[in-house]
Amino acid sequence: MTMKSINRQVNGVTVVDMSGRITLGEGSVILRETVKDLLAKGHKKILLNLGDVSYIDSSGIGELVSAYTSVRNQGGELKLLKLTKKVHDLLQITKLYTVFDIKDDEASAVQAFK
Amino acid sequence: MTNRVSYTLDSTLDSVNHAESKAQEIAAKAGFSEDDQYNIAMAVREAAVNAVLHGNERDPSKKFFVVYETTMEALIITITDQGQGLDQGSIPDPLAPENLMKGSGRGIFLIRAFMDEVRFRNVAPGTEITLIKHVSRTAANAKEETQ
Repeated sequence: MTMKSINRQVNGVTVVDMSGRITLGEGSVILRETVKDLLAKGHKKILLNLGDVSYIDSSGIGELVSAYTSVRNQGGELKLLKLTKKVHDLLQITKLYTVFDIKDDEASAVQAFK
Repeated sequence: MTNRVSYTLDSTLDSVNHAESKAQEIAAKAGFSEDDQYNIAMAVREAAVNAVLHGNERDPSKKFFVVYETTMEALIITITDQGQGLDQGSIPDPLAPENLMKGSGRGIFLIRAFMDEVRFRNVAPGTEITLIKHVSRTAANAKEETQ
């Protein structure tokens, strides 16, 4: 399943609903371009909804880290929403679980942005 | 009884996907749990990505070779590229504080996390990586039931 990404605005936060696989190639590129495009447009509060992301490989994890760093470097915030168990486990194994701000509920995630 | 199947693949992402899905299929057939199938397939994907990107450097004239071997005791997958060879000492620890926020360098770490044994061998030219997942009793029973 290829990756899809749809953006919506909720109280000043851009929620990016992602689905499919974030892997080397198409998935990673879509994530990179989406975040790059949002930052270029001045959208610096980004909530990545990974609830329908079935699979992430090491390249996808790297892309999440790069996205997080890019947003932070521009004075913004990037949070993750609704991790599947597999993605949750991957972030724990790679010790990134405590790096990202991870939320389960969209409304409280949106409120948590400064 | 040993089952062995081998593929010669182009240095492309399509080949990576093929190697991954074949791994999942063979692991399922061998009776591994869904979690193990996922982990084995991901380890193969990471090893195949390394073969294509870092080994063969996407050179269309170079191939990589995948052998899946199922025995009573284990699933053994060997992936060999035609690159310059791997200096194992140069593999960084992705959990080290200075590497934690890097955008790459987690592939071999994940392979080691997901497989029971991982071996590297320089084969001039190229690198051979062997991934081994032992058959648990549950998997062995499931396999016997399907035979």
